Amino acid sequence: MTVDTVGQAKESPVQEQPFKELGLKADEYERIKEILGRRPTSSELAMYSVMWSEHCSYKSSKVHLRQFGEKAPHSDALLVGIGENAGVVDIGHGWAVTFKVESHNHPSYVEPYQGAATGVGGIVRDIISMGARPVAVMDPLRFGDPHNPDTRRVLTGVVSGIGGYGNCLGLPNIGGEIVFDPSYQGNPLVNALCVGTMKHEDIHLAAASGVGNLVILYGARTGGDGIGGVSVLASETFDADGPAKRPSVQVGDPFMEKLLIECTLEVLHSGLVEGIQDLGGAGISCATSELASNGEGGMHVWLDRVLLRDHTLSPEEILMSESQERMCAVVLPDKVEEFLAVCKKWDVEAVVIGEVNASGRLTVDWHGEQIVDVPPRSVAHDGPVYERPYARPEWLDARQSDAPTAQRLARPTTAQDIRETLLRMVAAPNLAAKTWVTSQYDRYVMGNTVLAQPEDSGMIRVDEETGLGVAVSTDCNARFAALDPYRGAQLAFAESYRNVAVTGAVPLAVTNCLNFGSPEDPAVMWQFEQAVTGLADACLDMGTPVTGGNVSFYNQTADVAIHPTPVVGVLGVIDDVNRRTPMAWHEDGELIYLLGDTADELAGSEWAHEIHAHLGGLPPVLDLNKERTLAEILVAGSRDGMLSAAHDVSDGGVAQTLVEMALRADIGARVWVPDNLDAFVFLWSESATRAVVAVPRSEEMRFSAMCEARGFTSTRIGVVDSKIGQEHAVSGQALRIENVYGAEVTLALSDLREASEKTLPALFG
Amino acid sequence: MTARVGVVTFPGSLDDQDAVRAVSIAGGDAVSLWHGDANLHGVDAVVLPGGFSYGDYLRCGAIARFAPVMEKIIEAAREGMPVLGICNGFQILCESHLLPGALTRNDHLHFICRDQKLKIENNSSAWTRDYAVGQEIVAPLKNGEGGFVADDYTLDQLEAEGRVIARYLDLNPNGSRRDIAGICNEAGNVVGLMPHPEHAVEELTGPTTDGLGFFTSVLTSLLSGQAVNA
Repeated sequence: MTVDTVGQAKESPVQEQPFKELGLKADEYERIKEILGRRPTSSELAMYSVMWSEHCSYKSSKVHLRQFGEKAPHSDALLVGIGENAGVVDIGHGWAVTFKVESHNHPSYVEPYQGAATGVGGIVRDIISMGARPVAVMDPLRFGDPHNPDTRRVLTGVVSGIGGYGNCLGLPNIGGEIVFDPSYQGNPLVNALCVGTMKHEDIHLAAASGVGNLVILYGARTGGDGIGGVSVLASETFDADGPAKRPSVQVGDPFMEKLLIECTLEVLHSGLVEGIQDLGGAGISCATSELASNGEGGMHVWLDRVLLRDHTLSPEEILMSESQERMCAVVLPDKVEEFLAVCKKWDVEAVVIGEVNASGRLTVDWHGEQIVDVPPRSVAHDGPVYERPYARPEWLDARQSDAPTAQRLARPTTAQDIRETLLRMVAAPNLAAKTWVTSQYDRYVMGNTVLAQPEDSGMIRVDEETGLGVAVSTDCNARFAALDPYRGAQLAFAESYRNVAVTGAVPLAVTNCLNFGSPEDPAVMWQFEQAVTGLADACLDMGTPVTGGNVSFYNQTADVAIHPTPVVGVLGVIDDVNRRTPMAWHEDGELIYLLGDTADELAGSEWAHEIHAHLGGLPPVLDLNKERTLAEILVAGSRDGMLSAAHDVSDGGVAQTLVEMALRADIGARVWVPDNLDAFVFLWSESATRAVVAVPRSEEMRFSAMCEARGFTSTRIGVVDSKIGQEHAVSGQALRIENVYGAEVTLALSDLREASEKTLPALFG
Repeated sequence: MTARVGVVTFPGSLDDQDAVRAVSIAGGDAVSLWHGDANLHGVDAVVLPGGFSYGDYLRCGAIARFAPVMEKIIEAAREGMPVLGICNGFQILCESHLLPGALTRNDHLHFICRDQKLKIENNSSAWTRDYAVGQEIVAPLKNGEGGFVADDYTLDQLEAEGRVIARYLDLNPNGSRRDIAGICNEAGNVVGLMPHPEHAVEELTGPTTDGLGFFTSVLTSLLSGQAVNA
């Protein structure tokens, strides 16, 4: 077969090249020619096309994402900031934690099982390439209308993919989200988060330094999967005997990934590695150009040495292949033998494919002929940057003025109405028990899972000696962001921050996965700009830096974009996991307090969505100072043993929070509506900055005094009471709500449980 | 003096460190064994942990049974050394013919992770001495291929000889025949169990500490010199 070499590119400066089919714009193609002083070879064109893609280059988002750096609060905890594979946070006692969330939305719609599985695989490799041992995963998921048959195809595939890959890797799945909304029908969101732990001295970065050091590619062999647009090049060049169309979704092998984790941690801990990089999007193109660009010199690669699964692959395809379970390491020449021995121990194939040099260029040879000669920075970091036009959409005024008032949306007005609404709401797909999904994930493996779904955060013990641990939560009510993206992003952050604090952990750092429609639509770009600004402002205010994240654009079908969905992950640290606060109350007599103020805030609420399919008005007001105070109260309550349970109030309001606490405990309670509140508003408003806590009687004085001293509203709304069902002729445990429009509502926990647990199996089982 | 309990790591083993932790909490000396090393390093008992050994390629446990370390374990088990296979370890013991029957895909076709109630039915095996017959315990169960199957003759024989170690209570999570969760060999030194007792040894991380009994039982058995009930 013929290969387009650098020599040929110099000799034939004018040649038709399929840059458009590869997704490059005419001016981008011109820029490549300017950088190189000639036309690119087909291999170079392939490299630039993937590295300058939206996914790899962040060309539309970069100008806005800068805010996360510019507005970063000072934090002593941040050991490695934005820009590396994942940020690293100091949690004390010599331990550090890294965490990151990434999207795998588009592949998961095309091929749900493999799309979701390789999403887990990719984020896990990001974590190990920092030198950390992955210790937990979480999956924030968004699907379309639960009653649409295609939702069943996507959800069941995604859930088995996450379970099939994650369970086989031996990583506990400790949380995440499952949200249904018709706006995701053609664009489900499959985000994957991984947490890793390490000692400070084990932190590694992706850089190729040291002239003469060798570049080793190890892990799975390179195949034709995940090549996508590059097959255009292949068919252009070798239409006669070349490979046919390649599947563009990658195929995962979790067993290989497990070996890759153990092998990578062993070579890192044995001091055999100078720099390391995982292979994800853009494969070898990305790994070599990023390693070379982050180092001080150049790099030469012998591409024909790459071990292949399919010997018919062209060099362009090898450069672009997104075959999974591969890593690249930079190793001192005298350590290569030892490195290869560790690979052999783990049955992992490895081969030296390149060498670091002082040329300042990334050069690639294919059987003795040079096919790439580029400045590595121009590929990896100096891609195009766009200032996309953005404008507040005209339709937003109409949406914001359509508030869910009592006149506009009928509300329950009697105790009987409240009872019926309660049973309907707990069975709503977005609020119903997610056990059908989470029971397909292993939450126990590794033996350090302290809290897992349905708790507010996942919590992992990091150090068995001291009990040091971390808590992580991911959240986003995208309906709030659809009503006001700035405040919506802040509310997502606030909810995640609160979910960490209710467990007793101190929020430390933030990651995000920003899922939006097309950046070419000024309305979407405005939502993006607003959401990033909102999140950056909130992080600055609260002193929690953004350590990294991911942007997913083009989540739209024809002209209709998804709700802007800035998923925010917050990580917190807890000195002793034995002191964590669970969501279930414990025993009779504990007093139930609502912390925070409740207003008539139903816009974007689950009630408006589920009962009226309504989306309009302005999202709940957020006061970050109050959010900080609430977190301080929750952390102090945990540390000083003043709380036996705590649970965040968000989707579904106080009603949902109380039901979840009672069901988790399987112990009933008596609750009353405060005199100054309407029963419906009390139960289903989604006012921010609230939590329900259970306080042992012996701690009540101390706890109330603490809230008062901090000027934070705390209202006694009930008492844990396992006899309440018996007293009111209900069999078993019950939840009784008093002062409801002059009457009471008493519901058996068994009825609530049945309503909550039957929904997902009925839809997807 | 205490006993040395080996825990094997195969490529793809996942709950090996958890088994090591459980042995230590029970008071034993945990010794890590490597699949490629045909040497038991003087251990007194062995745990084959959960996971997906060799990616569960071909059939669960089918490749692991040929690992160099397994030759030694099979030999020692036949001579009476206590061996506990948990989940994937149970599958390996069946593939090794140290235990009868096989583990098949869950009848509902999904992986399942749940806190499972069990009833202990035999307390004369090397791994169940510290339980009472009829005792109800809760331990995590997590598997995709946990349905125990054997022909009726074998099942009748297992029951007649009291070799059913534990049964599922309240709910059969995987379609196991006769609700069987674990069995032992005739001598009582080799036990296979689908639920994970090593994940029920600490209040903090498990649903209960009910699983600890398996690990204390083997220490009791070894120290009393009665690893085998024959």
